[in-house]
Amino acid sequence: MNRIITRRNLLVGICAAGVLAGCDSSPTTAFLDGMEYWNERVQRALFSPRRLAPEPPLSELTPERDFPPYWISDSMPTAPPGWSLKVGGLVARPMVLSLAQLMSMPRTDLRVRHHCVEGWSAVAGWRGVRVSELARAAGLRPEVRYVEFRSFDSDYWSSWDLPSALHAQTILAYGMNGAMLRPDHGAPLRLYSAVKLGYKMVKYLTEVNFLDRKTGGYWEDQGYEWYAGV
Amino acid sequence: MRSGSKRTRRFRPAQPLAIRLSHWANVPLLIIMAGSGLQILVAYPFLGPRGALYRWYPLQGKAPHDWMCIGGWLAGGRHWHFAFAWLLVANGLFYLTYLCASGEWRRRMFLPLRDAPGAVATFAYYLRIRKTPPPEDFYNGLQRLAYTAAIIFALVMVLSGLAIYKPVQLHWLTVPFGGYDGARAVHLMTLILLVGFAVAHLVLVALHPRTIADMIGGGLRE
Repeated sequence: MNRIITRRNLLVGICAAGVLAGCDSSPTTAFLDGMEYWNERVQRALFSPRRLAPEPPLSELTPERDFPPYWISDSMPTAPPGWSLKVGGLVARPMVLSLAQLMSMPRTDLRVRHHCVEGWSAVAGWRGVRVSELARAAGLRPEVRYVEFRSFDSDYWSSWDLPSALHAQTILAYGMNGAMLRPDHGAPLRLYSAVKLGYKMVKYLTEVNFLDRKTGGYWEDQGYEWYAGV
Repeated sequence: MRSGSKRTRRFRPAQPLAIRLSHWANVPLLIIMAGSGLQILVAYPFLGPRGALYRWYPLQGKAPHDWMCIGGWLAGGRHWHFAFAWLLVANGLFYLTYLCASGEWRRRMFLPLRDAPGAVATFAYYLRIRKTPPPEDFYNGLQRLAYTAAIIFALVMVLSGLAIYKPVQLHWLTVPFGGYDGARAVHLMTLILLVGFAVAHLVLVALHPRTIADMIGGGLRE
């Protein structure tokens, strides 16, 4: 479902975004926002739901001490007692899933390269359940276009376009490098994907909401690009 | 009016308008791309994969100074970089298209059989090994080598940039660079090479001011 980019679409897009952004800001900001609108269109067009990221050999696995942990709270978040994942939004069957229930769903193993917005990369193995599997179980209503992921890490969150979320290499991970996911990497459950930058992969998950509208995210609301595909 | 047409040919400007426009557009574009790129580098001023940084890179952990950076912070630097990259690529395509369509490439591009001896001789002259400059037509061999190399650096810069922008969707493009981290290193190396070119270029045009006048006004020699 690649969108075709024509020169007219480009000009209309840049002008529209430029005019919108220009209401309360400088021409530079308007230009940058217009180009950001265009870049998102390009990224969506480049994305293919069938293209898989290659799996690097085991020899490229990053030593675990060199795979940086990350959270935004003052101290490492730990799962509240009785943790569960809420799956809701525009779905036929809203669910509340325990970790045991998630682990009983069809399992996917990935070993893919992680690309951080800062510029570093690292490789780890991840085990979990595909977001597409969750979507199948919940039954998406036809108007769903976006997916929102929320956490107990000081409400860190992010929203995704549906095709990237349903990609075969986008999972809710509970295992890392052959062990259960540790609290410093987002236990009990984190989003992991081969097709987005790191800040899109919400850790310490609490909710997955399937929506018909685009929302923002923790970093996205501060100015980082929303699509952030790789 | 045979002489008229002859005159038209003879007075082809040294630097046609298309080349002058493209040349001067490169000045702000390359400065913005370099500044915003260095702003992005500040976020992680290391080269190589996590846990296996490249040993050959002498500036591990050394972040560029603020005065070199454009965008203010990582997100700002990325916005500038990914916005102006399109303009730089558009300018490059315009230049290359003109170069091919007009035939200008013949007197500008380095053709090894034609230009290698002249390039060596000019280099020897600059080093004072040779007393007189070798005969030159429009450009000497060393100039052709330098300008052609700059175009190749820019091409590699764009390709390595695309590779680290889309290492999954354009994975095939990361392969010749040895993967994502290799492409990121090559991307920075092309900046260093282009800065080196620009420094030498500025020194040499300062020594030959007529070339600057030609690049502004076109020049009226063949």
